[in-house]
Amino acid sequence: MIELDDVSYGYGSGTLLTGLSLTLAPGSFHFLTGPSGAGKTTLMKLCYGELIATHGAVRLFGQDAGAMTRDDVAMIRRRVGVVHQDCQFLDHMSLAENVALPLTVSGRAVDTGELSELLKWVGLDAQAGAHPPELSGGERQRAALARAVIMSPEVILADEPTGNVDWEMSLRLLTLLVELNRMGKTVLIATHDMHLIRSAKAQVQARVLRISNQRLHSAGADL
Amino acid sequence: MLSKTLHFLGGDAQADRVVPPTGFTARLTVFAAAAMAFLTVFALALSLATGRLADRWGAELGKSSTIRVSAPEEQLDAQVLAVMEVLVTTPGVKDARPLSDEEQAALLEPWFGPDLPFDTLPIPRLIEVIEDAEGYDADGLRARLAGEAPGAVLDDHARWREPLVNAARRLRALGLLSILLIAATTGVMITLAASAALNANAQVIRVLRLVGARDAYIARAFVRRYTLRALAGAGVGTLLGMGAVAALPAADAAGGFLTGLGFRGLHWLWPLTIPPLAAVVAFAATRNAAITTLKERS
Repeated sequence: MIELDDVSYGYGSGTLLTGLSLTLAPGSFHFLTGPSGAGKTTLMKLCYGELIATHGAVRLFGQDAGAMTRDDVAMIRRRVGVVHQDCQFLDHMSLAENVALPLTVSGRAVDTGELSELLKWVGLDAQAGAHPPELSGGERQRAALARAVIMSPEVILADEPTGNVDWEMSLRLLTLLVELNRMGKTVLIATHDMHLIRSAKAQVQARVLRISNQRLHSAGADL
Repeated sequence: MLSKTLHFLGGDAQADRVVPPTGFTARLTVFAAAAMAFLTVFALALSLATGRLADRWGAELGKSSTIRVSAPEEQLDAQVLAVMEVLVTTPGVKDARPLSDEEQAALLEPWFGPDLPFDTLPIPRLIEVIEDAEGYDADGLRARLAGEAPGAVLDDHARWREPLVNAARRLRALGLLSILLIAATTGVMITLAASAALNANAQVIRVLRLVGARDAYIARAFVRRYTLRALAGAGVGTLLGMGAVAALPAADAAGGFLTGLGFRGLHWLWPLTIPPLAAVVAFAATRNAAITTLKERS
């Protein structure tokens, strides 16, 4: 699905990632960890075409990311659900409209029943008409997750999804992501929260990857 | 093409909502389009009026000329008669007649007022000559008049008519140039407003891209909004401009020399093309700004 082969990425004259290879197989669950600034977010961005590798090959659903047009990248984004730490919503639209945005921009009809079900799944059905600035950090993260999955994507990339929420909410988000994985979705979560990774042990079989010194390592035994 | 235009104008209510309302640029675009449309109506009126003037001076006056007979009072009637005899036998002259005293007084009234003591002044007699389609030989006529009526002078209007016709044609060209400049300025203003809106909505663009929006979709959301604003603003400006032109003094009230700056007959339909043309300019300007901005942000 997503393959990185001997990938390097640098900003200007500096190198952030080097010699990095990774394959996200269908239905797999990965954690990506490492210290702040190690390149977790950069690696995530390489996985959904936001950044282009300065060396090596990135293949997204069989397509060479370096050769993709902007329209190709847009099509890829419809197959990859992304959850950011800062969520990124359109503040002038309601929560329900924000969650349905991927359907809107792809010209697909919004089934209000399904949308309501999805909001109920993330526990936000009562806040459907609220605007993003009115939501708490945890509500925003769950809304971002709902938006990421509304197109039923094959891959879900979550970049520090629990960065701004309390422990209880972190576990709730983790549970939602594990449920998605059980439905067959490929999940990659970037986090520096080792407690969260350990908590996942009872729920899912996941691989833990660690970025340090510009390289990607397998972090010990699989959970 | 028509169905595409209707689809574009009809829009997608949900898609329209993705771009937040922008008060300042919205008002700027509507005002700029209205002001430019208002000016375009006047430039158009000027072009059409000067066009009419050039046609009139070029064609209608070109078919007429005047013979002025100056002579001592006792010879005046005889010389007028001699001129008329010459004209009757001149090929190319369709009609000729001496102006009556009342007609001559009417011609002089704008300069000397209504109480001119016409009978006591040695005013030359004027003979109006109308040419046929072939026209007459002016040099030959002058030579014959010199022999038959020494006090007669042929004025075929060419001396003053040509510069006026040239001036009217240049005014028409300047009017058309003004319309083009107004259209270009409108395009520039809308480009600036659209670029400002695109830059102010960088976060919106980022979110839309994140959820899989294609550049064409993002551009369309901005383009449609600015096109409709320009259409609405130009519509208001055009109506105000047409109202102002309609309120101008009529040609008769302003005098026969100017044909009136207003529109005549079917010419009133021309201003109605301004709003759709403004919309086309806005469409092209915003689309170009959107594509450029989105390319820079990729």
